[in-house]
Amino acid sequence: MSTTTPTRKLPKMRVDLRQYGILAALAVIVILFQVLTDGRLLLPGNLNNLIQQNAYVLILAVGMVIVIIAGHIDLSVGSVVAMVGAVAAISMSQWGMPWWAAVIISLLLGAAVGAWQGFWVAFVGIPAFIVTLAGMLLFRGLTLVFLTGGTINALPGEFNAIGGGWLPELFGTIGEGRGSRDILTIVLGVLAVAMLITQQVRSRAKQRSLELPVERSVSFWIKNGVAAVVILALTFQLSAYRGTPIILIILAVLILLFTFVLNQTVFGRHVYAIGGNLFAAQMSGVKTSWINFFVFVNMGVLAGLAGVVTTARAGGAVASAGQSFELDAIAAVFIGGAAVTGGVGTVIGAVIGALIMGVLNMGLSILSVDAAWQQTIKGLVLLLAVAFDVMSKRRAGRR
Amino acid sequence: MTAILSMNQITKDFSGGVRALDGVSLEVERGQVHAICGENGAGKSTLMKVLSGVYPVGSYGGSITFENHETAYRSINDSEADGIVIIHQELALSPYLSIAENIFLGNEIATRGVVDWPKTNREATMLLARVGLDELPSTPVLELGVGKQQLVEIAKALSKQVKLLILDEPTAALNDEDSAHLLDLINSLRGQGITCIIISHKLKEIRRIADTVTIIRDGQTIETFEMKEADATEARIIRAMVGRDLDSMFPPHTPDIGDELFRVENWTVHHPVDTTRKVVDDASFSVRAGEIVGFAGLMGAGRTELAMSIFGRSYGSHISGTAFKEGKEISVKSVSEAIGHGIAYATEDRKHFGLNLIGSIAVNVSAAALSKLSRFGIVDRFAENKVAEDYRGQMNIKTPNVSVLAGNLSGGNQQKVVLSKWMFSGPDILILDEPTRGIDVGAKYEIYGIINDLARQGKAVVVISSELPELLGLCDRIYAISEGTITGEIDRADATQERLMHLMTAGKD
Repeated sequence: MSTTTPTRKLPKMRVDLRQYGILAALAVIVILFQVLTDGRLLLPGNLNNLIQQNAYVLILAVGMVIVIIAGHIDLSVGSVVAMVGAVAAISMSQWGMPWWAAVIISLLLGAAVGAWQGFWVAFVGIPAFIVTLAGMLLFRGLTLVFLTGGTINALPGEFNAIGGGWLPELFGTIGEGRGSRDILTIVLGVLAVAMLITQQVRSRAKQRSLELPVERSVSFWIKNGVAAVVILALTFQLSAYRGTPIILIILAVLILLFTFVLNQTVFGRHVYAIGGNLFAAQMSGVKTSWINFFVFVNMGVLAGLAGVVTTARAGGAVASAGQSFELDAIAAVFIGGAAVTGGVGTVIGAVIGALIMGVLNMGLSILSVDAAWQQTIKGLVLLLAVAFDVMSKRRAGRR
Repeated sequence: MTAILSMNQITKDFSGGVRALDGVSLEVERGQVHAICGENGAGKSTLMKVLSGVYPVGSYGGSITFENHETAYRSINDSEADGIVIIHQELALSPYLSIAENIFLGNEIATRGVVDWPKTNREATMLLARVGLDELPSTPVLELGVGKQQLVEIAKALSKQVKLLILDEPTAALNDEDSAHLLDLINSLRGQGITCIIISHKLKEIRRIADTVTIIRDGQTIETFEMKEADATEARIIRAMVGRDLDSMFPPHTPDIGDELFRVENWTVHHPVDTTRKVVDDASFSVRAGEIVGFAGLMGAGRTELAMSIFGRSYGSHISGTAFKEGKEISVKSVSEAIGHGIAYATEDRKHFGLNLIGSIAVNVSAAALSKLSRFGIVDRFAENKVAEDYRGQMNIKTPNVSVLAGNLSGGNQQKVVLSKWMFSGPDILILDEPTRGIDVGAKYEIYGIINDLARQGKAVVVISSELPELLGLCDRIYAISEGTITGEIDRADATQERLMHLMTAGKD
């Protein structure tokens, strides 16, 4: 034993750079396309479309990351999106339901689908790959049955606004006509920054009062400063289009809610425990079957929500909706650093992964790159992102 | 008589300065059954891995002569080409392939890459007749019990023109009938001129089958003698196996024993797959408050199975028997029920059953008692970190902070995390399965200190261990278990390694 005297200074938390690796990748891709497109990528209209077009991936990725952390996969979400969209459209146009009732029905239907798949996975013990592959065929088939091959259009405006509408300009605008800015969007941006900083400072103070290690002040303030500037810049830009997309509020709530669920709740911790070591979780008294069941119920509800959003943005239900959405969501989760073997992953990582795919899509479209090449490039990005992750883990393991 | 094999002054070091073999010599006569005995960790399996080329030439010291030439095996293929075949305790058959396919796996009867099925099946049928296995060669291996799979392994060895067959604890996983059949088979192979090395803990078996026995302890050969000698008794084998000084490596412990806290009666457990086999047979035991009770048993004796089946039926099938806490019968049908009754089980297999290796220390420490740190399903992460930091200090877990991943810790520190996890669950009864396996001496001493502290706090502690000195140094009372049956109970004052080893190898007659 060495005879070092204990210092009063608390140990500092080491900053894990890998955690910021994919955030850096997103930044690089954004800057790259911003340059390549002569600044068109982040024009207010494009920024708005980026959010509204990719909302479905973000919603699905949030559910999918939980499924993947628990060590499963869900291939059925694309078909569930289509089926829920069909039922929502039928409930409004044929049964005469109000738009809010259609939303509730959609979420309940999603939950029922999740319970069905969760039952087979958690209690019968069939691998999720098989159960959800069956679900992919099953729910696509049911969609075709419900829509009898046709499409349903002319949905209520309030419903369509969920996917393609904006918050009202409550506080008016700065300026008139073209180039005017929505004040509410800017206010929301400032509010978001204020909440972020308050929460971070509070948490840091609590950590310090409990004598737990805290991050260095310099990196703490740089990190939060950068985040604040980015949020303000993006909302300022967005305000010049048509205000705050309604879906952006839904997404923000989902991301905050599920980050909280995964990090701060017993349920979330049990999900990580199951994915990290199923046997150790069982031997610690975790009710693994029920956790797996609710992971799928949750995925079902979010797929239902994605169904609402997709149908609302398209303004109608078609049987081919949601084609390959499951692959987009899975790709986003893996780009976001989740492990194929389970136990690792974050909501924020999945969101960044989805944004990387979204920015690639939009940037390549602005540059009018052929759709065939777009697919090719996205495939390579997925492969390289995961390869980077695997290799950096191997290096970390060798230490 | 001539020697078919002689191993001379074999030494083998592992990284970290561990010397597994320290000058072991072994002579095996042609056409004999040669038994190798020793405690767990004595170096028997390492010696066989050196012999079969699992550890390639150059990675060990000393020389090996087989059939009058010095060997230089670089892999297991080289030794098999020479006619040395090793059958491991964990069988290495492919479950979905047929018996015939398994026998000739990697050694297919084929012309220009096309398998000759009629010939394969004919040869397989002949081999199966030789080992006395009455099954069709086309039967998938997964339909066979462990005993029959063992015979398939031997048939596979015979197909390779085996001269020296090595069996590593062949009967450890077999029931009585299958064991008897296997021993008969080894006998008849001896008649066919095949030399056998058999590693076994079961002294009755050795007396029945072996011509010669070599005892290894702490990586050294203790003695070799012929079983037909007059003084070749079980007692002599046991003395040679355990004859080692009790190190003064245990912290002082003054027992303060209270009333009975936990009792198990008539506990019987069947194997989870082979449900006809009793893994634990009518076991009864009790532990009092403040008492440290040991379970001595060799590997495969049913110690872990007994503990895991009590801990929420984590092992086995058709479990019967009753558990009592403070005299009242309790139900322990699920892990959460067992934890609810204040039972904790720290597993022998930390990596597989004990820890989330990709989770932080904090996450692991709180894993069995998250409800204590949460309200309305929301975890207080600050409190969790505080708890984990407290245990880090108290248990002397050597790491800068509790956000370090459990997988990055040394064995000793991992074990301390496992113990912290169960201490935080606030148990009254702690079952510690091999608490010091794979841990260096310094950390062992610390863990013994922790176990003593737990007893001083009035908890009932059960320690399962293969190391007899550990049980003798730590426990107030020791149960011996052999082949699923509790064969004896000895107080600390009366316990010696020899007495325990007798009970541990007693078995059923």
